[in-house]
Amino acid sequence: MKTFPTGGVHPPENKLTSNCPIQVLPIPQSVAIPVSQHIGSPANIIVNKGDSVKTGQVIAESKGFVSACIHSSVSGKVNKIDTVIDSTGYRQTAVFIDVEGDEWVDTIDRTDEIVTEIKLSSEEIIKRCLQSGIVGMGGATFPSHVKLTVPAGKKCEVLIINGVECEPYLTSDHRLMLERGEEVLIGASILMKALNVNKAMIGIENNKRDAIGHMTKLATAFKGITVHPLKVKYPQGAEKQLIKALINREVPSGRLPLDINTVVHNVGTAFAVYEAVQKNKPLFERVVTITGKTVSKPGNYFVRTGTPVSKLIEAAGGMPEDTGKIVSGGPMMGKALSSADVPVVKGTSGIILFPRSESERTESKPCIRCAKCVSACALNLEPYLLMTLSEKGLFERAEKERITDCMECGSCSFTCPAGRPLLDYIRLGKSTVIRMAREKVVKK
Amino acid sequence: MSSTIIITVVSLSLLSLFSAVILYFIAQKFKVFEDPRIDEVQAVLPAANCGGCGFAGCRNFAEALVKAETFEGLNCPVGGAEVMGQAAKILGKEALAVEPTVAVLLCNGTPEFRPHTTKYDGVPDCRIAHSLYLGETDCSFGCMGYGDCERACTFDALHMDPVTGLPVIIDDKCTSCGACVKACPRHLIELRKRARKERKLYVACSNCDKGGPARRACKVACIACSKCFKVCEFDAITIENNLAYIDATKCTFCRKCVIECPTNSILEINFPPRKPKAEAPAENATVNP
Amino acid sequence: MSNLLNVSPSPHAHGKETTRKLMTGVIIALVPALLASLFYFGYGAIIVTVTSVASCLLFEYLIQRFIIKKPITITDGSALVTGLLLAFNVPSNLPVFIVVIGAFVSIAVAKMTFGGLGNNPFNPALVGRVFMLISFPVQMTSWPVPGGFSTGYTDAVTGATPLALVKEGLKNGETMQQLMAQIPTPSQMFLGNMGGSLGEVAAVALLIGFVYLLVRKIITWHIPVSIIGSMVVFTAILWLINPEKNADPMFHVLAGGVLLGAIFMATDYVTSPMNPKAMIIYGCSIGILTVVIRVWGAYPEGVSFAILIMNAFVPLMNAYIKPKRFGEVIKNG
Repeated sequence: MKTFPTGGVHPPENKLTSNCPIQVLPIPQSVAIPVSQHIGSPANIIVNKGDSVKTGQVIAESKGFVSACIHSSVSGKVNKIDTVIDSTGYRQTAVFIDVEGDEWVDTIDRTDEIVTEIKLSSEEIIKRCLQSGIVGMGGATFPSHVKLTVPAGKKCEVLIINGVECEPYLTSDHRLMLERGEEVLIGASILMKALNVNKAMIGIENNKRDAIGHMTKLATAFKGITVHPLKVKYPQGAEKQLIKALINREVPSGRLPLDINTVVHNVGTAFAVYEAVQKNKPLFERVVTITGKTVSKPGNYFVRTGTPVSKLIEAAGGMPEDTGKIVSGGPMMGKALSSADVPVVKGTSGIILFPRSESERTESKPCIRCAKCVSACALNLEPYLLMTLSEKGLFERAEKERITDCMECGSCSFTCPAGRPLLDYIRLGKSTVIRMAREKVVKK
Repeated sequence: MSSTIIITVVSLSLLSLFSAVILYFIAQKFKVFEDPRIDEVQAVLPAANCGGCGFAGCRNFAEALVKAETFEGLNCPVGGAEVMGQAAKILGKEALAVEPTVAVLLCNGTPEFRPHTTKYDGVPDCRIAHSLYLGETDCSFGCMGYGDCERACTFDALHMDPVTGLPVIIDDKCTSCGACVKACPRHLIELRKRARKERKLYVACSNCDKGGPARRACKVACIACSKCFKVCEFDAITIENNLAYIDATKCTFCRKCVIECPTNSILEINFPPRKPKAEAPAENATVNP
Repeated sequence: MSNLLNVSPSPHAHGKETTRKLMTGVIIALVPALLASLFYFGYGAIIVTVTSVASCLLFEYLIQRFIIKKPITITDGSALVTGLLLAFNVPSNLPVFIVVIGAFVSIAVAKMTFGGLGNNPFNPALVGRVFMLISFPVQMTSWPVPGGFSTGYTDAVTGATPLALVKEGLKNGETMQQLMAQIPTPSQMFLGNMGGSLGEVAAVALLIGFVYLLVRKIITWHIPVSIIGSMVVFTAILWLINPEKNADPMFHVLAGGVLLGAIFMATDYVTSPMNPKAMIIYGCSIGILTVVIRVWGAYPEGVSFAILIMNAFVPLMNAYIKPKRFGEVIKNG
């Protein structure tokens, strides 16, 4: 079975919700939809206080190439345009909407019928993705139309669909493949058409045997799409590692997958693309896993964007008494939330509640130079060295040691027996080096 | 036996002589001319190598002084006017008048005013906490209290107060080198003009949020109500980004704004006590002795 | 205390390994060798081991308590490992006071002066051992003859190690064939029935420890395999050139402290390189240096010296031998 060759760790999987069918979360009474749910410039708000909006209506338009449209996830009245603390940890501008009924925009096809035939051309598909606000659903939330636009001089040979879901706890992609497998595959075909490739590979980790079996069976009906089981190892869901595992090519440092003629999209993105292109439904709803060892009713839910996390926790049986940490995303790369009022956004793949006993870090002890971080690093960096360099402020040397290659997967901090905050310092060094490089460019 | 000794002595002497000649020629060839005044100027500089002048160290600053036409833009904040005067004398140039400054913290968010809403469980480093989230309180602009400024200070002039969680600046020791200003990821430290008796009057808040969230996060936040702006007779107060700012060069310490401020976000330090009737608001807001 | 939510940077999960668990793992891996030493040397092995471990812990405690005045970390197990390894590297009839001096040098000089765990450039146990070897050469090279569980300590019958026998014999002009009669057979050596330091004799026990370390993923294979591999290759070449004057590779690997050194001493986390490429270079250098010292040097055994010499190069290796980074290949493409 394939996997990426160097580094990686095996965190306990804790996939508590892999057998919980996706349910629909009731629409809350009010939502706060942040205008920056993606990487790139925040969208421009085009509604005003007091406006009535319908479900699926554009409320903020993309600004610049790397940006995405934001749609209303509910119907009702715009209460105010204010700031809300979102999963970035800071206050962001958001549109607050008071819900009245659930009236959708007319153009959306709300039937359950699966539309197989792809009528749109490549350009139209990309345009539809832009209009529907499709972003990478794996968590990075990079606007998809940018990834689908192949610049002149570059060519995409193979599309990779990421169904790895290597983060512990999370099962949203897993359930999506099991319950909406056909839609995901049609979405993949749409992406293939947009990129003008005739080969697509779906990588799924071997801890999701049912999904592998289901998708393999379905994929026989789709030309060019193959399903590949992968050995379980974190961080296989990272773009570069997945490419290495599937087609044994390495993305050069500081470059994009397109430079080695491939593009990676998440299964969640493929599903969103299917809905956008075939059903004309923009992205305002996603599958979110709500889980945790102490949660009474963990599950997977279709959640409208802007819904406060607290509603989701309510649906899962309420917040356990001893909750010490709420994490949005997986335990390895997710962000700890400062409150339960944070809205669900396009990139929220899961909400994990950690009991207090698991939410505190262990004390940082001296480095014993065991080199476990070096063998855990999937990019063959030397985390212990990068940490020391950035702790001591030696950022120029850290740059030479390729600190900017780090993808912040957290394997080094995870594996460190001395409990050292390796990634904290590496992240600091990385951002400082990037800032310094930017300042240098500005000076020139 | 004696011949061995003689051969040894002679051959070693020749070897050393030969090496000495080579060394001499190399030294001559690679000799770099240095203005002797650089050493003289360096001698009068404080030798703290703090970087407050904007150069890597005192030596580089001395070189810059020697090279410069005028002292425009060159100043040693640590040595102040005295040192710059001496340097000017050595170089036969004119020393420019520089106003001494001192560091002040533009935040007064003690736990009493600014309750904690989360617990930060990472490395106690302001830069890391700042890049993670808004901090343990709901104010995304205020002091996080992990002491980056304390670590940056080479003059022992700045200490974290364990009770308030805020840095306390010792005016006598502060040389206004600016190391703490650069160290603070939230730009909360300002170098303000030093006044008589170390008096200070400033808006101890950096919160650019609108009044509502700012006030909810911290009781002594500036809510940009512009009352101070209206009361000021000297045009010293400006309001920008939901935040009032008092220009130290225009402020006359009339202290009217302090009484006017509804949130007590303007601090007055080292002033004599007021007459009884106006005392109430000021007392509440003063943290420094 | 408070019920506020915790917020910290990712990752929010941590592996199960801790420093103490790793050290405990090393100690468990040393148990077979310890049992073997008890079997062969009896009473003496217990005295030396207990003295060494106790004094290492005591010195670390005293230094941390009274000189460094920082939190005491003797519970992390590193001093315990140093004490055990130090005991494993000395003869089982070594007077107690010498063991205490050795422990002092290991902990006080080689470890704590550099800042304690994680900062020492040289393997503490080996520094202690070499210090004792140079300061007390007579006591350090009189090896009790193994024989069942004996209660003899200082009055034990002593004899030479196989390596010393070979070295002496070759110097006196004897050939390997003549010497074969005097040295133990490979199977005896494999089981540990020969003179030597108390922990180094039983190859089989050390190999059991090695397997445990590999299974628990406490060490990687790189250093031990490259040390033994390079030794085998080098001694095989010498042996093929002149079997009269050179011992065979099997003898070199089983005799003396090679296995103990390769599995437990050279792999010491703190003093070994940090990436696989450097580890292999480090291992091969130790193997070759050991053979050089054994064949041409003044001492019959060279593992300790070889490891200490290579310890000195570790910072240099860490700085210049870098792993091939991911995505480095098609740089010009």
